[in-house]
Amino acid sequence: MSLLDVRDLSVVFQRRGERPFTAVDKVSFSVEPGQTVGLVGESGCGKSVTSLAIMGLLPKRGNKVTGEVRFEGANLLKLRPDDMRDRRGRDIGMIFQDPLSSLNPVIPIGVQVAEVLERHQGMDRRKALREARQLLDAVGIPDPERRLKEYPHQISGGMRQRALIAIALACKPRLLIADEPTTALDVTIQAQILTLLKQLVDETGTALIMITHDLGVVAGLCDTVNVLYGGKVVERAARHELFARPRHPYTHGLLNSVPRLDSVRGERLHAIRGSVADNIPWTEGCAFAPRCDHVVDACLEGAPPLEPTATGGDLRCNNPVPVEVTVP
Amino acid sequence: MLRVIVRRLLQLAVTLIALSALIFIWLRNLPGGPIEALLGERATPERRALLTKALGYDQPILVQYAKFMQRVLTGDFGNSIRTGDPVTEVIGRAFPATIELALVAMIIAIGLGVPLGYLAARHHGRLLDNLSIAGTLLGISIPIFFLGYLLKDVFTQNIHWFPPSGRLSTGVDNTEVTGFFVLDGLLTREFDATADALWHLILPAFTLATIPLAVIVRITRASVLDVLNEDYVRTAEAKGLRHRVIRGRHILRNALLPVVTTIGLQTGALLSGAVLTEKVYNWGGLGTLITDSISGGRDYPVLQTLILLAALVFVVVNLLVDLSYAFIDPRVRVR
Ligand SMILES: Nc1ncnc2c1ncn2[C@@H]1O[C@H](COP(=O)(O)OP(=O)(O)O)[C@@H](O)[C@H]1O
Ligand code: SF4
Ligand SMILES: [Mg+2]
Repeated sequence: MSLLDVRDLSVVFQRRGERPFTAVDKVSFSVEPGQTVGLVGESGCGKSVTSLAIMGLLPKRGNKVTGEVRFEGANLLKLRPDDMRDRRGRDIGMIFQDPLSSLNPVIPIGVQVAEVLERHQGMDRRKALREARQLLDAVGIPDPERRLKEYPHQISGGMRQRALIAIALACKPRLLIADEPTTALDVTIQAQILTLLKQLVDETGTALIMITHDLGVVAGLCDTVNVLYGGKVVERAARHELFARPRHPYTHGLLNSVPRLDSVRGERLHAIRGSVADNIPWTEGCAFAPRCDHVVDACLEGAPPLEPTATGGDLRCNNPVPVEVTVP
Repeated sequence: MLRVIVRRLLQLAVTLIALSALIFIWLRNLPGGPIEALLGERATPERRALLTKALGYDQPILVQYAKFMQRVLTGDFGNSIRTGDPVTEVIGRAFPATIELALVAMIIAIGLGVPLGYLAARHHGRLLDNLSIAGTLLGISIPIFFLGYLLKDVFTQNIHWFPPSGRLSTGVDNTEVTGFFVLDGLLTREFDATADALWHLILPAFTLATIPLAVIVRITRASVLDVLNEDYVRTAEAKGLRHRVIRGRHILRNALLPVVTTIGLQTGALLSGAVLTEKVYNWGGLGTLITDSISGGRDYPVLQTLILLAALVFVVVNLLVDLSYAFIDPRVRVR
């Protein structure tokens, strides 16, 4: 049994007086215990909404969530709100993009770590603070004793994200969801945080869903990668397979726009032309068609199906990138 | 923290001095005055000149002001022209009545306003929210005089739930210690006096509370709506924290910052509201004293001191507001 099995997850936003908007469209993927899985795609493709739906953190009104989110067999979408509350922070931890705004500005760091221990492990404040000190130490925060009493504005951005990682991992969850955890940080700090995350999930055996718009983040981290476009999974492959032989024109384009250490100096990066604003609805064809160099007639006759590939992945494309061409 | 206090105390001194000068000049330039009031319209010019000189009103305003300030600094606020009693005594009698009324009004406004504002925000766009918006609009726009007499009519004439006026029923024995009747009853263990004082307080306090209540509901609602969208509330939810903890520690604690500021700003409205409320319920506090001192022939010494006192109260309340703000928000402390 997979640790997490997302089946046909859809999220439709429905505001009064507006047309329903499908942000996540029958997304399926699974995460094995201890595995690291990437969710990759441009801004607005539904990554955050997917993760919030898994956590049960979408707004209570104005949206409709369908499908299944099976965690160790139990469908989280069918849980009573209080039962889901028991699992959040204990079975599944989550960290977010902006560490400054994600911490409460008027509460000391120590309390913000301790409260999750008090909640799920029944510790009293003193015991929880002692444990919090250990946790801050484990995520590489120097002088943790002092940090316990400090407030978020008194520590650096990198420290804040470390503190949030400590919070998310405090109760040793089996799954950690990281939604663009490095996007708001300086480049040098980004690498440190990624290294830390990798080290922690390796040590603790926690499974990780790494959400990012940056394939470079996925490169050193993920076992499997799911590429999302317009709310749908368009390609799924093992990491080395995806980087070596991207089959979907969108994935191909994303890879070509990633700066590489071995690229020739001065060589232009190839950005994908157009933007998500050019998308057509999946009901009319492939959403990527207006931006695609491979487009064929079939692409405008309804959404192509997601089909298994010879290499064990999945692909949603009528005219994929031929395997030979992509070998550099 | 200490720096904040010291800075605010200095500001307080400057504010009071500037304000007292303005008031002094303004009062002296109003038509009518104590000479007319004391001697009548038909007094001879000679007698007027004599009294004007005796009271020192013939000297240049700045000299008068300097003398006034000199005496104030030694604690001498002069005597009431109307009654002849020392100003400190006249005001000392009325002060506790008003403060007691304003405090209870504020307790009502905060005690009801914060929960109502929170509920309205959590029911954003639904019935309860719309009711609160309509209710606060009414609360802000209804004149205190009108509301006062309406409540008085309904609850003391039609249904006899509350007494129509005054601070205590005749025949209730109370020993004055502080002048705050609710407190005095508790201190002297005359609990029937406390109960009676509270019973008298309810209608006037509610009347006086309406505007601050409406404002606090609105600010709390808007502020909670803002905070609900904050990332740290989502983090708190992602930790699976209990509702109670998220509400108190993560939502209200942040949402209350603007509310605390509002409470300070409402002090002015509360003091002017007290004048009208006291009139309706014949309360006998500072409001009554102000009305009497103006209509009773410009009782300069009393009026001057009253306005200074009002300014003092305003600044002290705002100092307390700043301190509680710094207490709640660590980002203010380091500044
Ligand atoms: N609460 C919401 N109401 C309506 N639309 C939303 C809401 N949250 C997200 N969306 C929309 O859903 C789409 C996917 O958003 P999101 O998952 O945040 O993208 P990203 O992949 O950048 O994380 C976007 O078009 C966004 O505008
Ligand atoms: S289905 Fe067609 S339009 Fe869509 S990516 Fe493949 S080739 Fe391009
Ligand atoms: Mg996002």
